[in-house]
Amino acid sequence: MSEAVGTADARNPWLTAAAWRALFRDRPIVPLLVLLGLLVVLFELGPSSVSPAWAGGVFRAAVPLAILAGCQTLAMLTGGIDLSVGAIASASGFVVATLVGTMGLPAAILIVLIAAGIAGLVNGIGVGVFKVHPLIMTLGMSLVVLGLANVWQVQRVQTGAGVPPELRTLGSNVFLTVIPYSLIVFVPVALLILLGLRRTGYGRLLYAIGDNPIAARLSGARAWQVIIVLYVISAVLAGIAGLLIGGLTNVASVTLADSYVLPSVAAAVIGGTSILGGRGGFGGTIVGALILTVITSLLSSLGYPEAVRQILFGAIIVAVAAAYTRVTQES
Amino acid sequence: MSVAASTVDATRSGLSDAVVVLRRNTWTLGLLVFLAILLVFTRLIQPTYGPTGIQGLANSVLPLALAATAQAIVVISGGIDLSIGSMMALTSVVAASNMQDQSDQFAVAVVIGVLLLGLLLGAVNGAVIVVTRVPDIVVTLAMAFVWAGCALLVLRTPGGGSAQWLNDLVLGPLGNEWVPKAGVVLVVIIAVIWIPVSRSRLGLSLYAIGSNPLAAFRSGVSVGRTKIFAYMLGGLFAALGGLALTASTGRGTPVPGPYTLLSVAAVVLGGVSLAGGRGGVFGPVIGVVILQLIRTDMTFLKLDPNLATVAQGVILIGVVMLGSLLQQRRSRA
Repeated sequence: MSEAVGTADARNPWLTAAAWRALFRDRPIVPLLVLLGLLVVLFELGPSSVSPAWAGGVFRAAVPLAILAGCQTLAMLTGGIDLSVGAIASASGFVVATLVGTMGLPAAILIVLIAAGIAGLVNGIGVGVFKVHPLIMTLGMSLVVLGLANVWQVQRVQTGAGVPPELRTLGSNVFLTVIPYSLIVFVPVALLILLGLRRTGYGRLLYAIGDNPIAARLSGARAWQVIIVLYVISAVLAGIAGLLIGGLTNVASVTLADSYVLPSVAAAVIGGTSILGGRGGFGGTIVGALILTVITSLLSSLGYPEAVRQILFGAIIVAVAAAYTRVTQES
Repeated sequence: MSVAASTVDATRSGLSDAVVVLRRNTWTLGLLVFLAILLVFTRLIQPTYGPTGIQGLANSVLPLALAATAQAIVVISGGIDLSIGSMMALTSVVAASNMQDQSDQFAVAVVIGVLLLGLLLGAVNGAVIVVTRVPDIVVTLAMAFVWAGCALLVLRTPGGGSAQWLNDLVLGPLGNEWVPKAGVVLVVIIAVIWIPVSRSRLGLSLYAIGSNPLAAFRSGVSVGRTKIFAYMLGGLFAALGGLALTASTGRGTPVPGPYTLLSVAAVVLGGVSLAGGRGGVFGPVIGVVILQLIRTDMTFLKLDPNLATVAQGVILIGVVMLGSLLQQRRSRA
């Protein structure tokens, strides 16, 4: 039996290579899960061991990253990128903390998410209608949001700010040592994105516009409408992630989520979403976010400084992106 | 080589190219006029604005202008470099940590070494892009992590030192109190490095691969090599920016400043097309001065300085929107 397989391989050595390539190209989530498993084994071999509490901590830290990486995934499917998620997330976490004392949590969250949606609307109009490069549009928007948040901070310096206890519970508490409460937010969001991309016409339009904008236009897709909706969704998701990050760290600061921006792009890239558009999905992105979180945990348990983590993240992004470029171009 | 350069000059003076040059200069001239208006406005709202103000402006502009020049060269060649801020941080801490408590002669060697380091960092950026064929933006985003991590390995907290002659090179006036040394240094650096390059065959190749890589390839330009060269030049200017940071602050800071974002803003404001192949480095430099002067004016107007960040974002978006609107109209006509 094994001999037969061996001769088949010898007769057609390209079969297995092509099969592997197809696996990476069409089902990137399988090798990614293997990689994740390897990392967990590596962690077990290291100084500390895998425990339910550790898994809970990883899930808890991965949830906000996965949501922000979801924003990048959606934007990247259309060939864009949303670098304003960091500023929007920080600002929403901060503003909720300052508003909650005067108007209560639900109203504060509502106001913040509406504000985030407006920022996303402006992003979408800039990218979709005025054809500004998404990178520039969202960079500019992050400057605007950061500046406004700072102005707000100066105005509110007397009242002070504290992360509301409800958000702290949601962001940092863990149920039965493994299941973080933030899954209450994450599971519906993730299902919405996953099903939205797979099953709805809107999801297909995102792929279509990213894959071939001219063909999409000729088939009657109104790209500018799709893009406006996309950036509004992305900004609202960033706002939600900001609330969770505020709850996770128990810090209200206008630069809270800035350090998440590059990892969010990294998670999407590792998850197999092409920055050129039209290829990828949210499933891979979630695994990508988990991989990055496990690596962070692994490095800190081994006592490596933050610097090593950054270098390793950079190297991983380049290596993974190069691998994807190779398998997708040779088909 | 000189023959090749002169033929390039000859073809450049063709009629259609002259129109392009004129159009390019229209934007730069417009920026200069805007800058002049802004200076007059500054003088009106703050009558004491004089030599000291110009000094401060030049000192804050120098590192940013070098970053913008680096970004402009890369963008002209059709790429984008999001690692400029990190490269500046890395070169700055390498310079500061090696120059501390050392002789002036050794500092000269350090400066040369740091410039070579800049070329090397840029070469790595360019080579990774060319070899892996991953989009520029992904690679340089990733390299931004790598270089920033390296900077943290070199120097964990701000520190180090700078040679006295390096400080004297950029701080203070030169002769006339209205002429800041930082401004002179900037002009000299650009004149010595960029102008010869842009007039050479290699400079033309830079524009060619930015404008249309396929056409450039078919005309015999080595696209990959030229791209690596563009990133090397970008790395060199980023290293100069890092040295300028060390020189003006007297130490090195391992955490990257906002230079990457502002360099993109300045490049866009300076009339360099993000699609590549169009623009120069003078527009971005003037753009940097304008962005900084707006920040200064806002403090004079007693406005919240944070609004300056908002203004920079709005200007960035507004200029690009205007540019793409004009382009859409042109392509429709």
